[in-house]
Amino acid sequence: MRILVVEDDPILLDGLRAGLTIHGLTVDVAASCEDARTALRTSAFDAVVLDLMLPDGSGLDVLRELRVRGDATPVLLLTARDTVRDRVDGLDTGADDYLGKPFDLDEVAARLRAISRRSSGRASPLLRRNGVVLDPARRTVEIDGNPVGLSRREFALLHALMERPGIILSKDQLQERLYGWQDDVESNAIEVHVHNLRAKIGREAIETVRGIGYRLREAW
Amino acid sequence: MTSIRTRLFVILVLATGLIWLCAVVWIYVNTRHEVERALDTRLMEAARMVSSLVTRGEAVVGATVEPPILDRTTGYERQLSCQIWSLDGRLLGLSGGAPSVELSAHASGFSETVIDGQVWRVYAIADEARGVRVLVGDRLTVREHLVGDMIVGLLLPAAPILPALAILIWASVGRGLRPLRSMTAALERRDANDLSPIGDENAPAEIRPMIEALNTLFGRVAEARAHERGFTAFAAHELRTPLAGLKTQVQVALAARETAARDSALRQTLVAVDRTTRLVEQLLSMSRLDVYATAAEQEWIDVGAALESLTQSLRPAERPVTVDVTPDARTAFVLMNAELFHLAVKNLFENALQHSPDGGTVTWSVRTTGAAAILAVQDDGPGIPEDELQLVRRRFFRGRHKSAVGNGLGLAIVDLALQRAGAELRLRNTENGTGLVAEIVLGRERVSSGPRGRV
Repeated sequence: MRILVVEDDPILLDGLRAGLTIHGLTVDVAASCEDARTALRTSAFDAVVLDLMLPDGSGLDVLRELRVRGDATPVLLLTARDTVRDRVDGLDTGADDYLGKPFDLDEVAARLRAISRRSSGRASPLLRRNGVVLDPARRTVEIDGNPVGLSRREFALLHALMERPGIILSKDQLQERLYGWQDDVESNAIEVHVHNLRAKIGREAIETVRGIGYRLREAW
Repeated sequence: MTSIRTRLFVILVLATGLIWLCAVVWIYVNTRHEVERALDTRLMEAARMVSSLVTRGEAVVGATVEPPILDRTTGYERQLSCQIWSLDGRLLGLSGGAPSVELSAHASGFSETVIDGQVWRVYAIADEARGVRVLVGDRLTVREHLVGDMIVGLLLPAAPILPALAILIWASVGRGLRPLRSMTAALERRDANDLSPIGDENAPAEIRPMIEALNTLFGRVAEARAHERGFTAFAAHELRTPLAGLKTQVQVALAARETAARDSALRQTLVAVDRTTRLVEQLLSMSRLDVYATAAEQEWIDVGAALESLTQSLRPAERPVTVDVTPDARTAFVLMNAELFHLAVKNLFENALQHSPDGGTVTWSVRTTGAAAILAVQDDGPGIPEDELQLVRRRFFRGRHKSAVGNGLGLAIVDLALQRAGAELRLRNTENGTGLVAEIVLGRERVSSGPRGRV
């Protein structure tokens, strides 16, 4: 899952980036409304963590613009103001969830998984396909009950493919999903990860659609 | 005497009594004078009448002149006594009850004589043609009696009137003080936290200034309370973000499997603790400053010594930043409240050090321009964007060039402290845009180039 964290406090921002990365998320950061707008216009995120009080305006404005554009990216508001009124305002503006500071890192990760799951229309937290079970919370993958060891990128790749089974994801989309802006990406990185993943879950599981991208087969 | 009612009552009753007394004295004096004049006239007329009745050499023995007006009053009977003497000194006749000794030695006119211990007023008239001298007199005690009776007649009605008047005064004073009583009652009923103004629509003009003064006071207290509440809420709110950062970094450190990641998180935790500590200190400074009186005690402060000790405590150990204090600044003394000076200078110094790049220089200097003296600090940091220069004094404002440990309170504290100290904070970027100059602007007389006595 690729997440955008918008927070102006440098230490909290650094903590969220490091902490959510540990939770297996790909994290990009923005420290102002302006940076957040740019990031949201140019990249696709699975969820956004948005602080309300930013140096150049309110996070609520960014959220409102996002919804006006018709962008349904799940948004978790993170703020020091957490009276009922603030929460109601935030949720009514289009936020999917609301968390008051200070919060628990595990809870932030769990809520991000939850709002992302709901936005993709799934009720169960587990993703299942042809005997493969992926647990986003515990970051484990099992095939017919047997655990399979995947690297962080391999897990993220499988997660992306299993979230939209049958849909072709381009190499750029996958790359965006797997890497933040700060990560150095080899040009053939996705091919390498797909190759490794096929070796672990089955050669026929991932179909290469030439010139377009990759997709997970119904069965293999 | 604590009760206004009692006080007013006593004053009014005493004043009324005094006026009454004055009136009585005046009436007494006036009546006495009139009575004397009237009685004297009566003596004269009686004497002339008797004299005209006397035929030459004949004695009119036993003639009694009855008073024409007062004859029905028994107490005033036989007021007048009359004697007729021949010019050669023989008593020719006298009225009933008249003494037989000569009433007056005077030949004619008024005189007073003491006979048998009683004072007589006598009018004598000598008739050369008839050869007689007529003396008519009355006793002064009778006259006093007459005046006394009149005064008593005058005072007697006052006996029931005075208590009635007292009751009336007591009630009127009570009624007059009713607005004051109702205000007192309203104040007593008030809740301790009720700081709304008292209505003064029906208040009399005399207590309106008091109500206005009270309302002003209520307003100030309410404002101070609101400010306090607002500040507490603000402080609690501002502490949440650093606490969230702290907690997150600690959780990262606990969860990190790689040493480098854990170390990084722990270092960030340390910075977060420092920053939170500083925030708490600054919040406390701020709340202290908010209640500081403008007329705080002033003293001459050794600028050189203050900067020296601040340099020791503030200069970052891990980064090379040079602190330069010009000779003028080193020997300068500033007249200011010590705590306010310390707060302002410390925060400006911290800001300058934090924004200086590695190898940068922070310079303190003193100069005078016209009527003003300026203590300035300059750094070689990025300065403040022009559009933010006015905003940086706001509480919790953090601009684009913020430092990692800043919390947006430093310049707000400096600004407030200098305001309280009767000085001014001026901020400007250097001409070539390589740093910020923060100036403490004071009256020239408050900066001295050498030690000065305590003021």
